[in-house]
Amino acid sequence: MDNLQLVAPEMFLLCAICVVLIGDLFVTENRKPLAYGLSQVALLVTLILTWWISPETGSVTAFGGSFIMDQMSVICKAWILVVSMGVFLYSRDFVNSHKITNGEYYTLALSGVLGMMIMVSSSSMLTLYLGLELLALSLYAMVALKRTDERSAEAAMKYFVLGALASGALLYGISMIYGATGSLHFDEIKSSLAVNGEGSTAAMFGLAFLVVGIAFKFGAAPFHMWVPDVYDGAPTSVALYISAAPKIAAFALAIRFLVDGLETAHNSWQGMLIVLSLLSIVLGNVIALAQVSIKRMLAYSTISHVGFILLGVLSGSSEGYSAAMFYAITYAFTSLGAFGVILAMDRQGVSVNLLTDLRGLFRRSPMYAFVMMLLLVSMTGVPPTVGFYAKLAVLSAAIKADLTWLAVIAVVFSVVGAFYYLRVIKYMFFDEPVEAAPVNAALDVHLGLAVNGAAILFFGLFPGLIMAACAAAFGL
Amino acid sequence: MDFKLLVFWVFSLVLVGAAVGVITTRNPVQAALFLVLAFVNSAVIWMLMEAEFLAITLVLVYVGAVMVLFLFVVMMLDINLAPLREGFHKYLVVGGGIVAAIVFQMIFLIRVKWTGDDKFPQPVPKPAEYSNTEELGMAMYTDYLFQFEVAAVILLVAIVAAIALTMRRRPLTKYQRPAEQVLVQKEDRLRVVEVNSQDNQDIGSISNAATKASAAAKANAANHSDNGDNNPPIDGATEGVKP
Repeated sequence: MDNLQLVAPEMFLLCAICVVLIGDLFVTENRKPLAYGLSQVALLVTLILTWWISPETGSVTAFGGSFIMDQMSVICKAWILVVSMGVFLYSRDFVNSHKITNGEYYTLALSGVLGMMIMVSSSSMLTLYLGLELLALSLYAMVALKRTDERSAEAAMKYFVLGALASGALLYGISMIYGATGSLHFDEIKSSLAVNGEGSTAAMFGLAFLVVGIAFKFGAAPFHMWVPDVYDGAPTSVALYISAAPKIAAFALAIRFLVDGLETAHNSWQGMLIVLSLLSIVLGNVIALAQVSIKRMLAYSTISHVGFILLGVLSGSSEGYSAAMFYAITYAFTSLGAFGVILAMDRQGVSVNLLTDLRGLFRRSPMYAFVMMLLLVSMTGVPPTVGFYAKLAVLSAAIKADLTWLAVIAVVFSVVGAFYYLRVIKYMFFDEPVEAAPVNAALDVHLGLAVNGAAILFFGLFPGLIMAACAAAFGL
Repeated sequence: MDFKLLVFWVFSLVLVGAAVGVITTRNPVQAALFLVLAFVNSAVIWMLMEAEFLAITLVLVYVGAVMVLFLFVVMMLDINLAPLREGFHKYLVVGGGIVAAIVFQMIFLIRVKWTGDDKFPQPVPKPAEYSNTEELGMAMYTDYLFQFEVAAVILLVAIVAAIALTMRRRPLTKYQRPAEQVLVQKEDRLRVVEVNSQDNQDIGSISNAATKASAAAKANAANHSDNGDNNPPIDGATEGVKP
């Protein structure tokens, strides 16, 4: 039982979850912010602990090699925590005004964060699966938390049934790989496959199921059916939660399984990922053109961005992995800001739902319009925003892997996608507002969004700050 | 024939038969009972594989608790199964085709290199004093401690989620409020009505009045439950004091 201190952040977070859960029962209605404040403090302390115990170089394992702390896990965890703090900040007023039970909301959200942290630093298939289930279970419940809303119940039902199916596929794949290699640990699987080569049919059979499970959790086409329904049906704060940090965790899921475990089978999974990536980029961008609901539009845009993340992973080089990691992290905080603006515009139960609701935002609140413009421009991939550099890194990795045709298709369809982002900017800046009242969000939300928008620009100008860490995580 | 092999064949055949029974029988209670049969048979097969502890747990937990609960639910709910069966033959063609394709592909893939006893090492039987339970406990609390704890957290989240989604104050449900019940006055519930037994019209109006009174009481109760428990009386008191 050495290296117990490696799980200190997780242990602290678990204790904090219990404190939030029980503490919320003892506060009266008019002191509601307690759960929110405790959750933010918990995330902050977890972040500090993660930073504190992170190893200087290399990787350290604990619990008989089922828990790993390496550069990738530290960076992913840190960003998951930072993004989650933003999620809590933006969703606080929404949760209060929509009468979503505070204690349960923050308890479930924090346990989702715990699940993501476990996923990110797992080095055995069993740990990874358990972390994934912890995240998924919290998400199912959060989608259904506004139970009187029929659409949110429907979305939760769809998500739950499809998610259970995907978990089944993933588990089946895990069992096949365990059968073929005799181990649950990624390093042992890797060495066992290196000896057997690709001759092990059972492992390849399991790999197909693994990829299905990963694609579902990512929301990559053709396993994307749940994404628009869940984004649209779930309370906006939950849609924000799902769209942000879990993308980083899904990236870690893919890397742990495909690179840490099955890197020798790269030729086999590259083809599968090419199909997923291509379909995601094409379908996501094309279907998003036809959307009138802003949440559905962002859902399809997520699908196309997932295609780009997979494009980095399938390149099969350290450059590709670090580019994909950069993409996942920057996309998480871009999406965070976009949903943050939508949440800030929400007023006392009247949610922003249609794209046309953003009309004339510039006249109403120039600051929000500028932040939203930066975020949308970054999603399009225009310099000098961070989205440009993310796309550039991923595409150059794909070209180096002799997949120029795929890179060309990706660029063409992101140009197609530019239309629906620019349409929203047109609505915001050149159309007459329906109502004149400015957006009145709390001061800290105001500040948070300003920082978020500035970060898009700042990291776009100095991408090296994140990129260097991502490259170091993959030994570049 | 080896006795163990005989046991395996008998129980696995019954198991497959029971599994087919679960999905073909039209009666949900019979389906649940078939599932019990399937569980018991697979427990015996696990016993043959020297997984005694798991076999006993399967019988105790699944047959003893889960399936009994399931039977209760099936018997208490009046599920109309007709809509579920609609279009069975319509979907059978497509669904059957897809299943056949998947099975064919799986057989094609696995058949190539992955059959034959020689591919797998023969398991060695454990000695007589080998304790399955002890080994399982040792593994669970040493090698798999972390996973065990994470599984426990998942259960905690499941409890929180289940309670958050079901335990709610619904506006239409009536709740007892003992404090208010004790404080109720005679005037709140009782109304004295002059009754003239001779006149038929009056009787009609009395029954009208009675229904009105009960409707008023219902509305009252609904209002009370609307207020919800979340506002403790102290809040109301302080609000009252405010100028």
